Amino acid sequence: MPRIRFDSVKKSYGSVEVLPPFDLQFEDGEFTVLVGPSGCGKSTILRMLAGLEDLTEGEIWFDNTPISKLDPKDRDIAMVFQDYALYPHMNIAKNMSFALRLQKTPKATIDEKVNRVAQMLGIDHLLARKPGELSGGQRQRVAMGRALVRDASTFLFDEPLSNLDAKLRGKMRNELAEMRNTLDKNMVYVTHDQVEAMTLGDRIVVVADGLIQQEGTAEQLFTSPANKFVAGFIGSPTMNFLTAELTEAGGVLKAKGDGFLLDLPTTLKKGAESASGRQVTIGIRPSAFKVASDAPAAGSRIELFVKLSEYLGAQSVLVTMCGAEEVLIEMTSSVRVEEGSTVAFSVLPEDIMVFDESTEVRL
Amino acid sequence: MTTANMRRMTPYMFLAPAAAFMIVGLLYPVAYMIYASFLDWNPSQLIGEADWINLRNYVSLLQDASFRESTVVTLKFSSIVVTTEMVVGVGLALLLDRQIRGISVLRTIFILPMMIAPIVVGLMWRYMYHPSVGIFNRTLKDWGLEPIPWLSDSGWALTSIIIADIWQWTPFIFILALAALQSLPRSALEAARIDGASGWQQIIHIKLPLMMPVLVVTLLLRLIDSFKVLEVILVMTNGGPGLSTEILSLRIARTASEFRELGVAAAMSNYLLLLLLALTIIMFVYNKIVEAREAAVRQAAEEA
Repeated sequence: MPRIRFDSVKKSYGSVEVLPPFDLQFEDGEFTVLVGPSGCGKSTILRMLAGLEDLTEGEIWFDNTPISKLDPKDRDIAMVFQDYALYPHMNIAKNMSFALRLQKTPKATIDEKVNRVAQMLGIDHLLARKPGELSGGQRQRVAMGRALVRDASTFLFDEPLSNLDAKLRGKMRNELAEMRNTLDKNMVYVTHDQVEAMTLGDRIVVVADGLIQQEGTAEQLFTSPANKFVAGFIGSPTMNFLTAELTEAGGVLKAKGDGFLLDLPTTLKKGAESASGRQVTIGIRPSAFKVASDAPAAGSRIELFVKLSEYLGAQSVLVTMCGAEEVLIEMTSSVRVEEGSTVAFSVLPEDIMVFDESTEVRL
Repeated sequence: MTTANMRRMTPYMFLAPAAAFMIVGLLYPVAYMIYASFLDWNPSQLIGEADWINLRNYVSLLQDASFRESTVVTLKFSSIVVTTEMVVGVGLALLLDRQIRGISVLRTIFILPMMIAPIVVGLMWRYMYHPSVGIFNRTLKDWGLEPIPWLSDSGWALTSIIIADIWQWTPFIFILALAALQSLPRSALEAARIDGASGWQQIIHIKLPLMMPVLVVTLLLRLIDSFKVLEVILVMTNGGPGLSTEILSLRIARTASEFRELGVAAAMSNYLLLLLLALTIIMFVYNKIVEAREAAVRQAAEEA
């Protein structure tokens, strides 16, 4: 499988620059997820890789071969589209074998490959039907099957699950995760859903506003986000952000804000000195809060007014107010918290992240 | 009247004016023509004075060499014209379905011929085909070639009117084909590119099959229209030389006005009507089949 490398690739439409020059590298056999909000440019990156969009500047390399001038068909790629892009006038078998038929592959080989892939995906009973006669989930499988039959070195997925309902999406996500382990292919997967990104990606590339915000494993992104955007984008429910001022008292760096004074991790101290006395944004994940009376007396206390308690089964999400700002807290449902009461929570220093107010970079 | 009754009547009340127009403007003349086709009727007679001669008009037409000749000319004209127009129109649409500078101007120019009144088209082409001052023969002369007897030679005349008709009606197919092309699913075409289809293969395997429903309807519309063409040919050749360009509609007009045989003309019209009816039914059945298939598809999608 080739190593794919974007080398100072830039994309503009007329005078509008949608992707400033960027570098990006996909390792051999890696499942890479490009994740970001709608319109961030992640699909454009994928489409440039597929050859459906031209590059304005730069080059894409497959190992040592520049491919930006090659036709899509000469790039050894297969792609699964968001709307499946099946050929409506061909039956499923014809859809899946289209590429092979164009290559004048012998019929016996085509039948063998189509049947094998169809069986693997559980769509072998649908081969004679037209795409219009299938449900969304079945069409999704066919689109996947069409890509698999190709046996290309690189698979591109453009939000393949976003047209499915929630339950089916979860099922297909699991199947994709299984497929990732059995197939030795390069896979590049675009999605706006951070759950898909976290569960599928060997490596995740977070894109926003045409800029690559951070690359890394799901765990890296979750535990040490590079900036406020990544911190807020990865993880559900989303991280709470509060404005605070840095103060130092007794050798401990603290964050002082509207109704709270929180100890900050000691690891932070060195990098944050420059920000001392300045306004910052602190970020605390909803899962980091513990009811103070239950927890040992570690960490700082923060008193929050519980506005709403959303029961989700094993977990509940509390919507609380810290001054004028909303703070979400996730906790096990076994702890009963009254709506409309003020409750003391404790937060450990290492669970608090500090971001520069203006650059939003993590300190 | 109860509200329920009112509600049931409402659609019919709205339809009534249109239905009245249909009866007066369409059904009455057709019925009149069918009735007339069984008469030996001279224009100087009132319709009541004409003799009832049963199917004699129809039978004699079948044995009439001129009528048969006209039918052959019509079929020849229609098949050549429609085939060429389909090929050229769809071809142009495939060529112009892209984003290049000035494409919208080009498209507008392409559909201009369709907007010109047929009489004017006839006159225009008659001047262009003029044996000595027409642009074609002048150009041929400038190049040192022999002039062509465009309209005066029975071998050339049909070709000449075919060229004029193609010029006028190719745009009709062009705009419909272009509309069909532009409504094709973009992603299916992108998928085909990734699957390795060349430009030609995309056209043959994806674009044309997906355009087919529109193309079939366009073909039938054009076919029906080509059977009824009259003015352009009337102005250019009036059916001559000999019977070489006398298509059926022209033959009908002449039978009624020159030969003063209203009954025969009516019978001829009915033959043409039957032919067109057959084509229309084909179109209707095709539409029904497509609709039924789509309904089945929708149902399948809903159940899933």
